[in-house]
Amino acid sequence: MSAATLAAETARRLREAASLNATLAWSEEALEAEAALAESVPAGPLSGQAVAIKDNIVTTVLPTTCGSRILEGYRSPYDATAVRRIRAAGGIIAAKTNLDEFAMGSSTENSAYGRVRHPLDPERVPGGSSGGSAALVAAGVVRSALGSETGGSVRQPAAFCGITGIKPSYGRVSRFGLVAFGSSLDCISTFGVTVEAAATLLAAVSGHDPLDATSRAVAPLELPAHRDDLAGLVIGIPEEYFPEDLDAGVRAGCDRVIARITELGATVRRVSLPNTRYAVPAYYIVNPAEAAANLARYDGVRYGVRRIGPEGDVRALYRATRGEGFGPEVRRRILVGTFALSAGYADQYYGQAQAARQRIIADFAAVFASGVDLIFSPTTPTPAFRAGEKTADPVQMYLADIFTAPACLAGIPAMSIPVGRSEGLPIGGQLTAPDMGEASMIAAARVLEAAIDPAAEVR
Amino acid sequence: MRWETVVGLEVHVQLATRTKMFCGCPATYGEAPNTVVCPVCLGLTGALPVLNAEAIRLGTVGALALGCTVHPVSVFARKNYFYPDLPKGYQISQFDKPLATGGAFEVVSPERGPITVSITRLHLEEDAGKSLHDRIPGHTAVDLNRAGTPLAEIVSGPDLRSPAEARAYLVTLRQLLVYAGVSECSMEKGSLRVDANLSVRRPGEPLGVKTEVKNMNSFANVERALEAERARQIGLLESGERVTQVTLTFNAATGEVKPLRSKEDAHDYRYFPDPDLPPLVLESAWITSTRAALPELPAARRNRYATAMGLPDYDVGVLTAEPAVAAYFEATVAAGVEPKTAANWVMGEVLSGWNDTGVFAVSPERLAQVVAMVESGTVSLQAAKRIYGELVTADADPAALATRLGLVQVRDEDALAGWVDEVVSAHPDEVARFRAGEAKLIGFFVGQVMKRSGGKADPKAIQPILKERLAP
Repeated sequence: MSAATLAAETARRLREAASLNATLAWSEEALEAEAALAESVPAGPLSGQAVAIKDNIVTTVLPTTCGSRILEGYRSPYDATAVRRIRAAGGIIAAKTNLDEFAMGSSTENSAYGRVRHPLDPERVPGGSSGGSAALVAAGVVRSALGSETGGSVRQPAAFCGITGIKPSYGRVSRFGLVAFGSSLDCISTFGVTVEAAATLLAAVSGHDPLDATSRAVAPLELPAHRDDLAGLVIGIPEEYFPEDLDAGVRAGCDRVIARITELGATVRRVSLPNTRYAVPAYYIVNPAEAAANLARYDGVRYGVRRIGPEGDVRALYRATRGEGFGPEVRRRILVGTFALSAGYADQYYGQAQAARQRIIADFAAVFASGVDLIFSPTTPTPAFRAGEKTADPVQMYLADIFTAPACLAGIPAMSIPVGRSEGLPIGGQLTAPDMGEASMIAAARVLEAAIDPAAEVR
Repeated sequence: MRWETVVGLEVHVQLATRTKMFCGCPATYGEAPNTVVCPVCLGLTGALPVLNAEAIRLGTVGALALGCTVHPVSVFARKNYFYPDLPKGYQISQFDKPLATGGAFEVVSPERGPITVSITRLHLEEDAGKSLHDRIPGHTAVDLNRAGTPLAEIVSGPDLRSPAEARAYLVTLRQLLVYAGVSECSMEKGSLRVDANLSVRRPGEPLGVKTEVKNMNSFANVERALEAERARQIGLLESGERVTQVTLTFNAATGEVKPLRSKEDAHDYRYFPDPDLPPLVLESAWITSTRAALPELPAARRNRYATAMGLPDYDVGVLTAEPAVAAYFEATVAAGVEPKTAANWVMGEVLSGWNDTGVFAVSPERLAQVVAMVESGTVSLQAAKRIYGELVTADADPAALATRLGLVQVRDEDALAGWVDEVVSAHPDEVARFRAGEAKLIGFFVGQVMKRSGGKADPKAIQPILKERLAP
């Protein structure tokens, strides 16, 4: 397919998927410009592919709003490194996708531009915060998309939507051009209709970037060789990820995978990650603390929306701009983060959270050092929930990250693949690997993908 | 002495890097507002800081020059506060793990003689932009050209005991940093800024409540501001009031200090390690080699001028005050001029020009040629100074210049004898008095011959001829 045909075809699909409210910006002109650009670069791994971009990754052609009023209409003067790498690999940028405002949320209900619908059930959420990208991939509009993870914002919507989502090791993909949220946690991550699609996009955007001091000084990810089975691997099953109140469908789906893992020649070993219970509390201290600082720049002085405020002085400018520009969840996190670092409380909150984070890192290190190659668990405690179900209770919403936040805190790679359905809703199974262990994780995921029917009911 | 003054200074110097601290923008001064900026130093969304290695090197050089211990691991932290000229809403600085701590150097106090002033810490940070309150009436304008330029903050211990001592400390600190090539240290351009902490106490008592004074644009004004603040605090205490912890601003026009904000308004900066920047790790071998590569510092140079060159203390002080002047002096010596002669020239003609223009108009090699013409008797010292003055305007060959200006001394015996004879016959009375024993009149005759020769006669060559003609 020529790039021009691809652009036209993508436009048609985007129009058809409009009811999902999954996009924040796209245009036929932009797609044509992308196509022209794609014709001018040598064929690459993404040639013939349109890639959707979460709207917290900056682009010059389309605006970048982060799903926030405060950046309404904002257009970046530069492209994110990941965007440049997609184009260099032959891909075209399809659209900017809807998200929870500044990636804060687990349902894509926190966008200032309306919630995203689950492609299989419009009354349900697609997960979040990268819900727009997940919905577009699940609806077949694009084969792959960029999202970003801070606490699970790709794996969780991938699980909800029945697609693959890969979060790489921290520093594997440059953060240059990713709107900072929780900087020590943020990872550009990928969705794919298949493991291969998500992995191909990840490989294309990976690799060292001198513009990001936390980018790892390693060569781009190389996709692993095909393997027929899981022979020789030790797969750890962490007891803490199978609590008593785990959704029955999720449990059944994961049990089916564990049985299949043994059949495929791997050794299944029960393991413990005892500090898992500290992950969500620690995450919801570290992340707001960093977010409060990262979001301080949206002050109405230099760019974005400006509200003068009734008093007309600079404090009124800040109050009005930030008070009106940010939605409730963003304001909540800024307040929590400011409190967690304030004089007299920093040791108690931020300090303790960092200590808990070290324990979580040590938990994973101990399991992998004991000879476990990969860890398998559910991605989420439940399948996709209904819109509005958790919006009144932030803590319930935060607990949606319970199985995904630990890998973010530890900076290690993890991915979700569809492992079946429960009452028609997709279930996600999660593989977690040691630092920089993406290749063996992807190789194992391909084997499981081939061996498991993701459309089959598990109960 | 009823009150003892205690002063500690926080000095910010701009590191002399070519580019800013976390981006590739030039670290220049005086450009049109908001023209030397990029996504990183504008704090645009998605942009990330990358550390400038030269800023680290200069910070390390500065720390070593001040006798500090440079730490193998230091951490950049975010200092959070809102201000329109602070693009990210936080400043990248260092907090609990600074680059260097524990330095000290000697300062000559005008009251106490040589004292040792301790350096508590030296840390690195980025500068903010500038808020311009006079550019657009009724509005504040923001210029972000300066945002992101690298600074070292140098904090002294509470070791200074008077405003004059604080000034002496600043002069010495500045000299050290300029010598080490760390910073231009120009208060005028804002590349050196001073915040001063002052308290007073009865001798022997614990430290009193301190206040901070800001907005001083010269070393002299630091001294004036501290004098004003000392007087204010003593006045309060002597009238039975208490000193409260405030930040004050100095008004150079009135010489007064005025409270800016009290401690109750103080910011909670909520420092935490900047997750965008991994801890700064410096190899001990690199620190060692950086120390070994330090240029000669002022104390060592003063010592060398006094002992190896035998220069008097006054000359040593003048010549070493500015490294550029010392370098010129040394180049002049290297070009063959005897040190004391070179010192006289540099402190005289050379410095008066440099003080006015900031440039050395005549090269040390040219100056050496001029001095050599004096030494050989080709021109008089007076003529040499005139030649130097001509060279300031336009470079030329000094010998050719001397000829063109008719400044070459006449040593031809016939010519000299002719002028002597004219003088002798024109002044019969003085000749008679000389012959009668009034020996000091020889000076009068030399002067007359010089006058008659239009200054060209070599005074040393005149004397034997005069004595012969005047012999009774």
